[in-house]
Amino acid sequence: MLHIGQGQLPLLLFPAKAEVLPEPLGVVLIFASWNFPISLALDPLIGAISAGNTVVVKPSELAPACSSFLARIVPLYLDNKAIKVVEGGSDVAEKLLEQKWEKIFFTGSPRVGRIIMSAAAKHLTPVTLELGGKCPIILDSLSGSDLKVTVKRISGGKWGACAGQACIGIDYVLVQRKLAPVLVELLQKCIKTFYGENIKNLNSICKIVNKNHFERVCNLLEDPGVAASIVYGGSFDKQNLLIEPTILLDPPLDAAIMTEEIFGPLLPIITLNDVEESIEFINARPNPLAIYVFTKNKTFKEKLLQETSSGSVIFNDTMIQFICDGLPFGGVGQSGFGRYHGKYSFDTFSHEKAILQRSFFLELEPRYPPWNGFKLEFIRLAYNFDYIGLLLLLLGLRRRYTSRTVI
Amino acid sequence: MALDMEGMMKELRGTYASGKPKSYEWRVSQLRALLKIADHHEKEIAEALRCDLNKPDHESFVYEIASMKSSCQLALKQLKGWMKPEKVKTSLTTFPSSGEIVSEPLGVTLVISAWNFPFLLSLDPVIGAIAAGNAVVLKPSEIAPATSAALSKLLGEYMDTSAVKVVEGAVPETTALLEQKWDKIFYTGNGKVGRIVLTAAAKHLTPVVLELGGKSPVVVDKNINLKVAARRIIGGKWGCNNGQACVSPDYLITTKDNASQLVDALKSELEAFYGKDPLKSEDLSRIVNSNHFNRLKNLLDDEKVSGKIVHGGQRDKTNLKIAPTIMLDVPGDSLAMNEEIFGPLLPILTVYKVEDSIDLINAREKPLAAYLFTNDKRLKEQFIRNVSAGGLVVNDTILHLAEHSLPFGGVGESGMGAYHGKFSFDAFSHKKAVLQRSFAGDIPARYPPYSPGKLKFLKALLNGDVVGLIRALIGW
Repeated sequence: MLHIGQGQLPLLLFPAKAEVLPEPLGVVLIFASWNFPISLALDPLIGAISAGNTVVVKPSELAPACSSFLARIVPLYLDNKAIKVVEGGSDVAEKLLEQKWEKIFFTGSPRVGRIIMSAAAKHLTPVTLELGGKCPIILDSLSGSDLKVTVKRISGGKWGACAGQACIGIDYVLVQRKLAPVLVELLQKCIKTFYGENIKNLNSICKIVNKNHFERVCNLLEDPGVAASIVYGGSFDKQNLLIEPTILLDPPLDAAIMTEEIFGPLLPIITLNDVEESIEFINARPNPLAIYVFTKNKTFKEKLLQETSSGSVIFNDTMIQFICDGLPFGGVGQSGFGRYHGKYSFDTFSHEKAILQRSFFLELEPRYPPWNGFKLEFIRLAYNFDYIGLLLLLLGLRRRYTSRTVI
Repeated sequence: MALDMEGMMKELRGTYASGKPKSYEWRVSQLRALLKIADHHEKEIAEALRCDLNKPDHESFVYEIASMKSSCQLALKQLKGWMKPEKVKTSLTTFPSSGEIVSEPLGVTLVISAWNFPFLLSLDPVIGAIAAGNAVVLKPSEIAPATSAALSKLLGEYMDTSAVKVVEGAVPETTALLEQKWDKIFYTGNGKVGRIVLTAAAKHLTPVVLELGGKSPVVVDKNINLKVAARRIIGGKWGCNNGQACVSPDYLITTKDNASQLVDALKSELEAFYGKDPLKSEDLSRIVNSNHFNRLKNLLDDEKVSGKIVHGGQRDKTNLKIAPTIMLDVPGDSLAMNEEIFGPLLPILTVYKVEDSIDLINAREKPLAAYLFTNDKRLKEQFIRNVSAGGLVVNDTILHLAEHSLPFGGVGESGMGAYHGKFSFDAFSHKKAVLQRSFAGDIPARYPPYSPGKLKFLKALLNGDVVGLIRALIGW
């Protein structure tokens, strides 16, 4: 509860009580994505329920086993008069979007995000869009155990999170040119330990979700300039939709692999003369959902924080902000708007209703017409917190303005 | 004069990229410049408002100039605190780590203003945009042309025009503006144009604040000081731009046995405020233009309300004036009950039990504000919990706008997003999450090859289960 006096409140409001009451929005719609199909359906659902709404969840049809699991299991445990799972593809999504919702929560690509927001506009429905982007790693000069830990965190974060198919997934690495050879060598070793020696022995890694995406990612390697830059990996298993962890060194910046979100297990390494150039590099591109920076240099950290914009910034790790519930999780610019996780989920599905309570006594005449110079002077003094002036005015000891045209 | 939209956007993006608007000093200098405008040009502004709306000086001062200054002074006073990163507690799950939320500007923003409080509704959002470190373009409403011209001239003189611009014009200029890529759009107006703004914003994934309106109801209970209630209703309705306000009391609901006393109280206070011939009172704004005058005339002439007018009804077409008018027991399907009135007409609906008013209100679109006059604690609680609106006021009207610790915004048809006070700063900011981790304490359980032991450990860690962690560590 807030008290009058926390704001710049003139005398005119006294006495009063001010508070903000969160209330549910009503009937809300959640679109989940296919890459983390359980958590991206249930995490927003938790927010919607805790805020008191009724909910429809539409899981992604590209993850059909999870979709049918949710459709089957959720009604067994939750009140299915208020919480429903609706399965289906884009035709079902279109039909859902024709309805009037009090909120739509979408996780997915910017292209579909635009479609959702346009549909929502017809009903003035507020939306939260959790999109993606090319999330870069900036690697400053590190050595010894710090560098070893860094390489593990990069490998684990890139290929250990749905084989690179994640909105906060590592897209590419920016590093000083002279450090690139060491980085490539350490990454190779780490990949072999974590995920297996080659495509035949690949383990502990997700497959590409479907044929479309498999072909899309493979096509990124078709460009001859890109193919020539592969320094590790590059093989794939079409039948099992597997692509081995692949490292590229300085592919052409205008190739699709560097202009589109990769969303796959390919890791371009872009070399710079100086790590500070990374700031300009990132700013020349759309705001990503996350920036990962491995450095011990405090000045560089500050500079990066001040001069770049992204959904979030993580120093010396990858992906982990996802489980930190005290931090808002969301994008900016092309990576989306709105946020959730922790209390932010509750807030995102709530309306914060402002409430002001007044009492009947202590009427202030100067509020009401007919206006005159005295009343105007009273209010002017009240707004300036000039209580002495007010007292003088009330005692008739202060000169009053009687002309209407002089303010 | 054709506006070079591309050139303007290029300049604004360049200024923003230079980092100038992000600095505390720049924001303070611009906020101070806005204060100077209000201080040194009060007369000019009041004259423009009189020209556009015949707004009485008293209203111009209270609702436009003093409100804007108060908003600006608050921002100046609290800006340092607002700009400070907010430390966030992190848990065992990410130990060791530290977290904070850093506020940063969004970039180049657009504020589209309305005609009814053309000074305040233009500059209040601009204050938020500047305080948050953005570049901003203001498009004042062409329906208040004198104020629009004054804003263009004054901001051109006092502000850093490489980052703060005013674009005047009507539909073509607004359409051209909406085709550009903005980092935030702030719109005050009606639902129809709100949809157009949101659709245009969707093309660029631009986040939007929409401050719209609706039919803000007033529920009047029995056993209250009717005189004070009447004065506060009148002050909030006719005393505030003659009913042409987004939070204006639109219609009243009271019990059938209370209606006639309420009407008498209103009539008596209306006469005290505006005299026997209100069309001659200088304390009432006029209707803004002939379009709106005709619209309101149609509401009055609707045959469904004939015989229901219990006070007022007089009009003066030449001077675009309509007298404060009260209509009793109008049908729910009358024109006046099917659109936001935005004028000096006040329908009164009557119910048998005062609690029924809550259902009546909830059957309609959510309004920007809802008001209740009562001494009954239970009714108050019921109303507060069950009526959904942008904001509620008990025992008064419209004053919640003056309390800057309260967010001002709508819900459903009355809008999305909020502002005022720190909420303005937040509306124009991106809250960037920052997590700092150390290299020490790296957990092997995170990485492949995966094993049941690693999974056990991680489960315990993610559940904050210290005992489970220890058990997993010692291999139990």
